[in-house]
Amino acid sequence: MKGVRHYPGFLPLTIVCLVVLYTPLIVVAVYSFNASTSITSWGGFSLRWYGEVFTGREATRFGQAAWNSITIALMAATTATVIATAAALAMVRGGPFRGRQASFALINLPLMVPEIVIAVATLIFFSTIGLKTGYLTILLAHITFCIPFAYLPIAARLEGIEGTYEQAARDLYATRAQAFRLILLPLMVPGIVSGWLLAFIISLDDFIITNFVKGAGMETLPTAIFGSVKQGIKPNIMAISTLMLLVSVLFVTAAYLINRRGRQTP
Amino acid sequence: MAGPGPDRPPGDATYRDLVRPLLLPSWLVIGILMVLPVALMAVYSFLTKEFRGGVIWDFTLAAYDQFFLDRGLFGDDPPRIEWTYISIFWRSIWQAGLATLLCLLIGFPTAWFIATRPARTRGLWLFLITIPYWVNLLIRTVSLRFLLRDQGPLNGALQWLGLLDSPLSIINTNLAVQIGLFYSYLPFMVLPIYAAVERYNFALSEAAADLYANRWATLREVVLPVVKPGIVAGCILVFIPSLGAFLAPDLLGGAKTFMIGSLIDEQFRGSQGNWPFGAAAAMILMSLVLIVLLIYARSQGRAPR
Repeated sequence: MKGVRHYPGFLPLTIVCLVVLYTPLIVVAVYSFNASTSITSWGGFSLRWYGEVFTGREATRFGQAAWNSITIALMAATTATVIATAAALAMVRGGPFRGRQASFALINLPLMVPEIVIAVATLIFFSTIGLKTGYLTILLAHITFCIPFAYLPIAARLEGIEGTYEQAARDLYATRAQAFRLILLPLMVPGIVSGWLLAFIISLDDFIITNFVKGAGMETLPTAIFGSVKQGIKPNIMAISTLMLLVSVLFVTAAYLINRRGRQTP
Repeated sequence: MAGPGPDRPPGDATYRDLVRPLLLPSWLVIGILMVLPVALMAVYSFLTKEFRGGVIWDFTLAAYDQFFLDRGLFGDDPPRIEWTYISIFWRSIWQAGLATLLCLLIGFPTAWFIATRPARTRGLWLFLITIPYWVNLLIRTVSLRFLLRDQGPLNGALQWLGLLDSPLSIINTNLAVQIGLFYSYLPFMVLPIYAAVERYNFALSEAAADLYANRWATLREVVLPVVKPGIVAGCILVFIPSLGAFLAPDLLGGAKTFMIGSLIDEQFRGSQGNWPFGAAAAMILMSLVLIVLLIYARSQGRAPR
């Protein structure tokens, strides 16, 4: 008898779950080191496809796409984080106010509406107001759907910070601005950083919405990869995929560690 | 995703006087770049299509008519129900439902298993589930396509093991799309159920065991009702994105595996597009999602505390 927590068969199913989730990623990562030009057979270990990514025929296209992706993600994540931090202060430290439920629903709206619907609506909007699709339209769309992803960790962190710290500062004659700058903001940093990291990853990853509002000739990394994959999976795509995989893993690990450290301090 | 809900009363009101200016940026950005566009999309679904993509501002029901009614080749037959698009929607609902069920069957035991690990190792298990959650969905789908190809590693391994004589054609079938949906959204099922099981009071199970319930009866009669909110949340998080999925049907399926996402996408590509029809299809998809969310809200049945 192993107690009420144990159910026979749950461990094998957990392993099935992890195998399903990881096998495709591991297989692609392994094949990205394949020396052979054919994606079917194994020709020994090599880094040639990684070299191909940076110097090969498609290097400029992917380089430009990567630059667009990264600059858009930096700006979108930063803007969304600022907006989300302000919203979290109002929602968590604003007391009860009229429209609080509605504001919460509005902030989380991008999570409720299917991506393809957001994509269609955003394209129609830009087309109606006559804004030419391109870099700017991608950036605007990304800022919008990044807001809830930045908001959730920031608000969660803020809810965990007791009001007593600021109260103590105010009792010692700090102004509200000083209490915010010297007490509340530093305490919020772990939440803000993980919110920013998640928003950055979400922006970097987006395909569907970007594909609708990017306009002709403009590419981000996912749309460039998608375009290539349509003509068949080539080894250099596997190398790029592995690199992006690595970036995601690094970012999630960072968000996880920062959050955990944040939880240990008050 | 378990986030801070609106129902928890805010204990602190330091910034009460700044609520409006603090919320203004998010209202403006989401209002102008999401609420307004969705409203505009509703308007577009009632406009007349222009042939090079785009619309003419003449109000008509043509898009919805085309979706639901078949008026024959010349448009003058008595209208019958047009099944083409309804069946695409129906198949999408069916596939999304099946994906949800599969995710639940694997996701629940996984979430339970992780939540019952000692605190020391639990974080690591959870981390393993979280990583695929944040890895680019396009890359995950491309990887799955690579794995499932006729000459791909999966067929290679099965043939090498002697389980198959000739490669299994999975890619470009409904099965591949089904596997793709299951694979894409599996972490979305595990995480909310994990959050619910973690809060579960195991004394309840012990009480049931003391009363001679075996573990499966305990699971059915005691555990499931208690962790139901987590299960429902997981199902919603899998079902909704599966319903509007674009990458799995596009990269893993073929011409016969059209889902709602591909149907909508096609209306905005090049000169063959039909914007009002695409907008109408998106409206219908959004209504379905809204219905699901309303059922969810009612099932939670909690008044704001």
